Amino acid sequence: MRFKAKHKAKVEIPTASLPDIIFMLLLFFMVSSVLREYEGLNVILPRAKQIEKLETKRHVSYLWVSKDGLVSVDGKIVEVKSLRHIFYEKRTNDPQLIVSIRADKMVKMGLMSDIHNELRKADALKVNYSAKTAL
Amino acid sequence: MALLKKKKRVSEIPTSSLADIAFLLLIFFLVSTTIDMDKGLGLILPAEGQEIKVRKENIANLLIDARGKVLLDKKEIDIKNIKPTVEAMLARNPKLIISVKTHPRTDYQTYIQVIDQLKQANAKRISIAE
Repeated sequence: MRFKAKHKAKVEIPTASLPDIIFMLLLFFMVSSVLREYEGLNVILPRAKQIEKLETKRHVSYLWVSKDGLVSVDGKIVEVKSLRHIFYEKRTNDPQLIVSIRADKMVKMGLMSDIHNELRKADALKVNYSAKTAL
Repeated sequence: MALLKKKKRVSEIPTSSLADIAFLLLIFFLVSTTIDMDKGLGLILPAEGQEIKVRKENIANLLIDARGKVLLDKKEIDIKNIKPTVEAMLARNPKLIISVKTHPRTDYQTYIQVIDQLKQANAKRISIAE
């Protein structure tokens, strides 16, 4: 019995479309990566070691406090007194609300306690003090 | 004079390295984009009007004054020493609540440092007093 002469099969992965695939990936990353949004105030965050990540961004609402004592929520500068209404509404809409406080490190605690009190009145008790990783 | 036979020139852009170039770009973007994750110290504020009587021995008062000096149970303490001290206190009494009081002129940075120390000491029950 004679064996058939096997003809050598060409095994090559077609690489002609590889650049296209990679470009697609590249475009995906370029589009999906959001550049840092500066909707808030200009603050220098304090530094801390034991920081934890916020798991979701969905339930997070930002509260900006600048060193001049300005308070901003959703891109608008608001009075401390009106915080309770704003956050009461937010809290009613989303009971899992986390308030991320992005305060400047030079802010005085007097203002911060006022904010704490307002948040307590609004029943928005879950807060997160934004901080940078300590070196 | 015999005309030279013109050779047909192969004019093609070499595309074999295009994939490599694209890969490099991809890697550059992967490395340079930082996912803007929010990091910070989580805390749950005490609810309004909800006053629970706590036995005196289960509470530790931590005061921060305007200059950033810290008093823990009436003794002055260095911020760096809060962690070991509170750890020892928690080992003795796991039900201990740490009540942090600040002066209105205290810097936020100092306050965060103290909260950070308490978090490092694994203190779960932190209360903010006015």
